[in-house]
Amino acid sequence: MTPLVSAATLFGLCASGMVGIGLYGLIVLPDALRKLLAFNILGSGVFILFGVIGRRGAAAGLDGDPVPQAIVITGIVVAFSATALAATLLLKISDAENEPEDGGKDEP
Amino acid sequence: MSEPFALLLTLLVLLTAGWIVTVRERRAAVFGFIAYGLLLALVWIRLAAVDVALTEAAIGGGATGVLLLRVSARLGSIRGMSAPPGLATRWIAGVLCAGVSLALMALVLALPDPAPSLAAAAMEPIGRTGLGNPVTAVLLAYRALDTFLEIIVLLLALIGVWSLGADRFWGGEPAAWRTGPPSPALVFLARVLPPFGIVIAGYLFWIGADEPGGKFQASTILAAMWLLAMMAGLAPPPRTGARGLRAALVAGPLVFLAIGFAGLWWADGFLAYPDAFAKPLIILIEAALAVSIVAALALMVAGPAERLPRR
Repeated sequence: MTPLVSAATLFGLCASGMVGIGLYGLIVLPDALRKLLAFNILGSGVFILFGVIGRRGAAAGLDGDPVPQAIVITGIVVAFSATALAATLLLKISDAENEPEDGGKDEP
Repeated sequence: MSEPFALLLTLLVLLTAGWIVTVRERRAAVFGFIAYGLLLALVWIRLAAVDVALTEAAIGGGATGVLLLRVSARLGSIRGMSAPPGLATRWIAGVLCAGVSLALMALVLALPDPAPSLAAAAMEPIGRTGLGNPVTAVLLAYRALDTFLEIIVLLLALIGVWSLGADRFWGGEPAAWRTGPPSPALVFLARVLPPFGIVIAGYLFWIGADEPGGKFQASTILAAMWLLAMMAGLAPPPRTGARGLRAALVAGPLVFLAIGFAGLWWADGFLAYPDAFAKPLIILIEAALAVSIVAALALMVAGPAERLPRR
């Protein structure tokens, strides 16, 4: 019995949903850290879409196309770097906003 | 194919993503995100991409998780980046995002069959590299330039993180976890886990030439072990200005660049390897890169310097 959709296609649909959920969070959530999380959800959806395309490209005795896999590994590491930079920036903003008022730079 | 498992995984991933976006508390969202990273690793395994699954579990779930936990614990109340949206905005955003999702779903269902693939092209010259894992061959032979630029991105991001520290602490040490005495359980784990972590990382590093694994996954585990020791107060955080540390950070890119330029006259061009020495050269590059990646990942998670440098 062949299933209605293959596992790869199912994960493709899942990834499409992840992109939508991430985008929604990015637009709607006011908190910057939450926006960062939402952006990462969006990004991981794109990675999985790429992975699905790689899985469909199974050939030459391999279970998937190795090129998208390698690019996604690079992508995950770069996404981590960007997240670390953004999170540190958030801490800096938070420290600046919460510092005692003798700094004289307090804005409402 | 175990379709029920794929369906269950899809539902779990989407529910977790929805929970991260809708839950009220920031900290709960961070915990959700860690679980989400591990679920994604399972998805990658089902997509037959074990190399990616290892990376996702180690970096997406582990390193990002520790980083976000540290940040969310320290983050005070910050002004929202935008006003809390009204009901109308939520609806418009929801409809827009559903539209994006539906369009992507239509594209997924309309993907060409048979799918285009570079698998055959990646397998054909693999004998010349001496590697058995095509993903490693792509990362370090065919698309070595991408990997080189990636380590540059890591270093640039680390410089960015460091520059966000206060000027007077430049070159000092991160004070990420020195808030109180560490719990006995943490100290115990930090004593027990590192030997295992080091062995597993060494295995993943070596096996990466032929089987799923490789320098990124191994380096992330090593970085995690180092962070664990730092958190438990067993290892002092490094001075960010220390010469040895700076040397470790640039070792990877420098070795990569030197071998890359050497390829101009002993092989076909920049970042090309002579066939006879391809595998030893690749291992050498991976080892040097691993040193830099361990240092860069651990220090990015630890954050900028927040104490005066010791004299």
